[in-house]
Amino acid sequence: MSTSTQRDLERSHWSGPTRRYDIVKEGVIATVVVAVLVVILAMVFSSPDDPSLTFRGWAKDMPDDLYVTTVAELAGTSESATYGPPYNDGGDGQVLGPIMLQKWVGVHQPIDPANDFVITPLSTQEQPADVASALGDWTGASADQQAAWATAYDTALNDPAGADGDATKVPDGDYGPVPTLATGLVAMAASGALDGVLPSAGDFYTTNTTKQIMFFGDGGYLDAAGTANNLQGNTWGMMNETGNFPGQQWLAPFSLWYNLPFFNSEAESGFSATATANGDIYIMAIITVMVLLLLFLPFIPGLRAIPRLIPVHRLIWRQYYRSRAR
Amino acid sequence: MSATATRGDHAVPPETWIGRLRGRMEETLPYDKLLPERQPSYVASWIYVFGVLTLAALAMIIASGVVLSLQGPAWYHLSSTGLFVNSLHFWSVQLFFMFMTIHLIGKFWMAAWRGNRAKTWISGVLCFLVAIGAGLTGYVLQTNFDSQWIAFEAKDGLNAVGVGAWFNVADLGQMMLMHVFLLPAVIAVLVVIHVLLVRVHGVVPPLDAARVDEIRAGSASDGGAR
Amino acid sequence: MGFTTLIPTDAATYLTWGWVSVSVPNLIAILVTLALLVLAVLLPFPTDRDHSEDDS
Repeated sequence: MSTSTQRDLERSHWSGPTRRYDIVKEGVIATVVVAVLVVILAMVFSSPDDPSLTFRGWAKDMPDDLYVTTVAELAGTSESATYGPPYNDGGDGQVLGPIMLQKWVGVHQPIDPANDFVITPLSTQEQPADVASALGDWTGASADQQAAWATAYDTALNDPAGADGDATKVPDGDYGPVPTLATGLVAMAASGALDGVLPSAGDFYTTNTTKQIMFFGDGGYLDAAGTANNLQGNTWGMMNETGNFPGQQWLAPFSLWYNLPFFNSEAESGFSATATANGDIYIMAIITVMVLLLLFLPFIPGLRAIPRLIPVHRLIWRQYYRSRAR
Repeated sequence: MSATATRGDHAVPPETWIGRLRGRMEETLPYDKLLPERQPSYVASWIYVFGVLTLAALAMIIASGVVLSLQGPAWYHLSSTGLFVNSLHFWSVQLFFMFMTIHLIGKFWMAAWRGNRAKTWISGVLCFLVAIGAGLTGYVLQTNFDSQWIAFEAKDGLNAVGVGAWFNVADLGQMMLMHVFLLPAVIAVLVVIHVLLVRVHGVVPPLDAARVDEIRAGSASDGGAR
Repeated sequence: MGFTTLIPTDAATYLTWGWVSVSVPNLIAILVTLALLVLAVLLPFPTDRDHSEDDS
């Protein structure tokens, strides 16, 4: 085989045999076929639409969980409070060796969970006397005093050997207004008022749901709904859809990594533990490499030779090969 | 055929920017190359229809998306017509990615980047990547449980690489403008570039075309090249 | 919006092998994709009755 002849053939305008081929007709037929297919699929199967979760639903279905989460917000121990950039300086975020993109980019969507999720929403409403008084106590206290109360209560409430999440079992202690504030917020959520107020307390417009999403994510309600619908990352959730519908199969190569034991390690230390704790940035790095390989495939020796090594093309172009051999 | 002005009987090369641009366009992609009535005879496999099927699915996505955009993001929760249009949008996305995947795999086995066609391959992969981004922005626009979940999950990957500080999947307004305007515009430009590149370079010849033609040349005359 | 129950009534069926899990709808979509790919390569394409040799 003359490789340079082949290369010349590939680069120049084809001067060999041709056939009649109406690409406009092909396009019209394709459009009609796809339109009909889509209409039939839509009529037969419809599409998924599970209603959104609300704070009201959280307070009604899992009030204890909302209570515990609220306390964690006040104490600064929730995932939102310790997330780090872009929301706050509560943590450094994920790192990949010396690469700390999350930290370097900094805080651009400030969230202060104690105030944004609890104190400010409570303050926008007329509260019952005990909650109003608790609000006064909290806002009048120093930051250190607030931290002391909230941390003490958070620790006592979550003590696995003690209360273990049950507010009725918390031993006496100096918790200040924290228990009342948490009770007040759960009641406010149950009334439906929190859903309206949380997005933009005191404002008219909002399209930014960051605060709601972050608060939801701190507790077990959103998480339980995710698990019930098989959407967790480590059960191939990235590919899945609610209801009996196909999801995002094209994300399989992305979803794969979140399911590997390496990125789901329970270890306390070691490389696997680090990889699990920083799973997102590790996996994004892997995906970046995969994407670059795909993008620049024409220039990658070995990979670009696969079509020659596994000659599926002999099937694709068999009509042409046969006609030229005659 | 270059674009030369004529004064009297003499051809004059274009001096204007517009004239030179026209000249280059006419040289690169004359009309009969853009809209040919014939294709090389090796364009004879069903695998070749998946590019145009992907385009057709994209057209359905845009058409159903336009109707959804006329009524706003909450419409399909409240109206059965709205739900039907949402279903059209949902299934055209499924078909779009299905056809595009088959098209990509087919083009890989044909090593379609040969003969200076690397830009065609690259623009195609970019279409795929931007489409995934458009899909993500669409999924977080649903204003239902699925969008709550996806926003919550997706933010971590985006934040981990710093992008999340600006591209906020929980910001409905930002996601809506990207999904309805910005990303479709980018995809449209990429698709046009991709298709024009195919027309400029022509469909890639088979991997063994030179050898096959040599065999034929050899069998046509005794004692040929092979 | 009203409440929602956490347990979905219309969830898909999932097939699991070890740590691999796929929903039936997704599996169908993947199999259809593969089937179309194989058929596209194997099915004969209509020949051109108007075939002309070596024309430019």
